[in-house]
Amino acid sequence: MQFTSYLQNGQLTIALTGEIDHHCAKNYITSIASKIEVYSPNICILDFQEVTFMDSSGIAVVINALRNMTNIGGRLVLSGLRNQPMKVFRTSGIDKLVEIKEAVL
Amino acid sequence: MKIENYMVLEFPSKSTNESFARSAVACFAAQFDPTLEELGDIRTAVSEAVTNCIVHAYPNDYGLITVRCRILKENTLDIVIKDKGVGIQDLEQARKPMFTTGGVERSGMGFTIMESFMSYFSVTSEPGKGTTVHMRRRLQRRK
Repeated sequence: MQFTSYLQNGQLTIALTGEIDHHCAKNYITSIASKIEVYSPNICILDFQEVTFMDSSGIAVVINALRNMTNIGGRLVLSGLRNQPMKVFRTSGIDKLVEIKEAVL
Repeated sequence: MKIENYMVLEFPSKSTNESFARSAVACFAAQFDPTLEELGDIRTAVSEAVTNCIVHAYPNDYGLITVRCRILKENTLDIVIKDKGVGIQDLEQARKPMFTTGGVERSGMGFTIMESFMSYFSVTSEPGKGTTVHMRRRLQRRK
């Protein structure tokens, strides 16, 4: 698991990389939660541009991040999704719960 | 149905093997020259099935997972993923979207994804004996 994050004007961007599966999901869930707790952003953007594969573990990552953001009255946005992760989100209906922008390809 | 080709994998239920299993099946499927979307679907479905074995079949210990792939006629990839773990008490409930016993780390979408990403899906389970997931995916013939 690897990710970079930066804060700008109350907007926290977290760029996820590689493959998201059950093996790394727990670390993502706790790391994202602690970033949100530390920075209390108005908006949290999860950038999926470098995510090459994701199974349903990624849904749990997003649902947990959404819960963290809702608790502090903020918004969660997903961006840069490739086709494979997008298909997983569509199948689960998460695309109706979370704002998704800049879908590539 | 005549079998054209096959492979069998056996590995312990360690979570590091999730990526190994889906990659191995994708490599085997590569002989069909599948599209990126087809490969993505197969990798996702295998990842879900293997993760179920790791999380649910062997909750307290490592156990054996077997993945068997066959190539059937008419460009069909046949995948069987089997464990000898605790089994599923209530299959109907387990297959419901968003139902999970895996806590906040899980989404309860595994079976739903396998079902919608593959052309055929079935699961059989016997409490105390294990669970078998059987999936098929028909691939487009490309020129």
